[in-house]
Amino acid sequence: MSYQQPDPRGHFGQFGGRYVAETLMPALLELEESYKQCQVDPSFLSEFETYLKDYVGRPSPLYFAKRLTNHFGGAKIYLKREDLNHTGAHKVNNTVGQILLARRMGKRKVIAETGAGQHGVATATVAALFGLECDVFMGTEDIRRQSLNVFRMKLLGARVHEVTSGTATLKDAMNEAMRYWVTHVRDTFYVIGTVAGPHPYPQMVRDFQSVIGREAKAQILDVEGRLPDAAVACIGGGSNAMGLFYPFIDDSSVRLIGVEAAGLGVQTDKHAASISAGRVGVLHGNKTYLLQDDDGQIQHAHSISAGLDYPGVGPEHALLNDLGRAEYVSVTDDEALAAFRMLTEMEGIIPALESAHAIAHLLKLAPELSPEQVILVCLSGRGDKDIHTVAEAMGVEL
Amino acid sequence: MSNITSTLNALKARGEKALITFITAGDPDLGTSEQIVHTLVESGVDLIELGFPFSDPMADGPTIQFASERALESGTTLRGVLDMVARVRQHSNVPIVLMGYYNPIFNYGPEQFALDAATAGVDGLLLVDLPPEETNELHPFLKESGIDLITLLAPTTGKERSARLAADGEGCLYYVSMTGVTGSQKVDAGSIATSVKELKELSSVPVAVGFGISSPEDAGAVAQVADAVVVGSALVKLIAEFSDSPHLLDEGRNFARQFKAAI
Repeated sequence: MSYQQPDPRGHFGQFGGRYVAETLMPALLELEESYKQCQVDPSFLSEFETYLKDYVGRPSPLYFAKRLTNHFGGAKIYLKREDLNHTGAHKVNNTVGQILLARRMGKRKVIAETGAGQHGVATATVAALFGLECDVFMGTEDIRRQSLNVFRMKLLGARVHEVTSGTATLKDAMNEAMRYWVTHVRDTFYVIGTVAGPHPYPQMVRDFQSVIGREAKAQILDVEGRLPDAAVACIGGGSNAMGLFYPFIDDSSVRLIGVEAAGLGVQTDKHAASISAGRVGVLHGNKTYLLQDDDGQIQHAHSISAGLDYPGVGPEHALLNDLGRAEYVSVTDDEALAAFRMLTEMEGIIPALESAHAIAHLLKLAPELSPEQVILVCLSGRGDKDIHTVAEAMGVEL
Repeated sequence: MSNITSTLNALKARGEKALITFITAGDPDLGTSEQIVHTLVESGVDLIELGFPFSDPMADGPTIQFASERALESGTTLRGVLDMVARVRQHSNVPIVLMGYYNPIFNYGPEQFALDAATAGVDGLLLVDLPPEETNELHPFLKESGIDLITLLAPTTGKERSARLAADGEGCLYYVSMTGVTGSQKVDAGSIATSVKELKELSSVPVAVGFGISSPEDAGAVAQVADAVVVGSALVKLIAEFSDSPHLLDEGRNFARQFKAAI
C-alpha cells in the first residue's frame, strides 16, 4: 500500500509518539520489538486467525439493511455486524491479538481500562480463556451505567477496580491503569482497548482491528462487485473506525467518515468531539486532538455512550483528518437515541449506543447519495449493555 | 555551568548532600506556596522543585494527585507559576526546577515557554511524560535559554539506555528509586545503592534520587550514595494537613531541618 504510517518511532505526522514515564519506556520498546516479530511470524498470524474464526466467530456477516435503506431512500446501506462477535462487540478482535502476544512475551498478568465495559469484558474473556490474571480499571460513573458488564467481568474472574478520581470515566480509568502498569510493569501486559496510547499501541490495535475492513471489503466486492462510496463508523478513541478505514485508505473513491459524540451539542461544554472541537495536545502517551482549556488542562467529555465519553482520539485519526483523507462529523445524544430506536424497530437489531452514532449519521448521508451508491457502516457492538441507559433517557423504569 | 550543577557540586566539595524538596505550586494557593518556598530555603533546602499542576497526573500517587486538584481549584496556571518563580528570584538564588507533565508546556508553546521561564529565573525542567525520544520540539529552545532539561532514569532502564541517557545529562540526573508512582512504597536503599553507583560512573553531572522517600531515615540511607535526595509526597501531605493552620510554616521549617540533618 502507498499509505505507510506510523514512522519508525510511532509518529503519525505530528501526532502519536511515546509520551510516557521513563519507567515504562523499556517495556514499550520490548513490546514494540515483540510485536514486530509477531507481525511477520506465520505461526502467530495463523494462531490469531484461528481464534478469530473459531472463538470470536469471524468472519462477521455483512448485512444489507433493506428497510433502513428504503426508509432513507438513498444509498444502499450495509452493516458490518461486529455486534455478532463473541462478547458482543469489535473489541475482542484486539484483545485476542494482544493477549496472544502477551503469552508469547511470557506475561501472566493483564490489565485493561474500560469505558462502556466492552473492552473490559473482552479482555476478561480472553484472559479466562488462557488462564491469565486480569485486572480492569473502570470509572465509578461507568460502573453505575454499565453494571451488567461489571458483573460479566467478575464472572469471568477479573478484578474490577473502581476509579473515583477526576470525572470517574474512561479517561480516569486509563490514568489509573497507567499508574498500575508503572508499578507492575515487570510482569504485567497492558491491553489498551483503542487506537490511542503510546507507540506501538495505536498501530498494533489498528492492525488487529483491520480484520473488520479487510473482511468488509471482500464481502462488499462479492455482493456488489464494487467498492463502497462511503465507510462510516463511530469514534471514541476510534478503534472500530480505524479497523474499518485502514484497508480502504488507498482507495481514494471511498469516503471515510468518522462520527464523534456531540453529547448535548458541540457548541456546549458537554460533548466528546475531540477532532471537531478540540486542539492538539499530549495525553495518555500520545499527541493528538484533545478537549482542553486555555491552560492545557484536559476538559471533561460528555456522551450518553460510555464508550465514546473520552476527551481524546487516536493519533491516526488526527492525521487522517489533517490529510483530508477522512471526514469527521458529530452526532448528539438525542440523535443517537433516535437512531438506536430506529434500527431496533426497523431491522430488529439493537445497536450499542456507540454504534447508534454511526447509524444516526446515515440520516444526513444516505439521502445525499443515489440508490446505486453503497454505504458501509460498522455496527461495532450490540446494545444489551445500554438498555438501562436508554430506558432512563426514555423515562421508563425497569 | 548551570546553577543546578554548580550548587550541587559546591555542596559535594564541602562533603555535603543536597536536600531537594518538591511542592505543588498553588496548593493551597500560589501566595502560600511562595511563603513555603522561602521557609524551605531558609531551613536548609538546597534546591526547590515546583510542581505545576496537570489535570491528569498519570505518574503520581494520590497525595500529589490531590495536590494538583487543589492547585487547579485555586486557579493556578503555568503563567501564574512562572510569576511566582520571578517573585522568589527577587530574594533568592536557590536553583528552581519546574516539574510536571508536557501538555501545559506544549499548550503554552515550547519556544515562548523557554523564553518566559528563563526570564522568570527557572533553572531546570523535569517532565515526567517526556522521554528523551520526544524532546525535539522543546529541547533546542531550552538550551538556547540556558534551562536544563533533567533526565529521569528508572530501575527498569537497562544498562545500555542508562549509559546513553546519563552521558547526555543536564543539571543533574534524577534516579526514580522504585517502579511505581510518586509516594507509593518504601524505598529499598540496598538496590538503589547499586544503581546509583553505576549511574555516577556514567554521568558527568550529580545524581539525585527521589520517589518514595518519606522519612529522615529513608533520606539518610539514600544520601549514603546519592548526591541529592528528593522529598515530595511526604511534604505535600504535611502541607495538606496544615494548610488551614497558623503553624503551616513552622511545620515546613521543622520538616526541612529534620531531613537536612539526616543526610
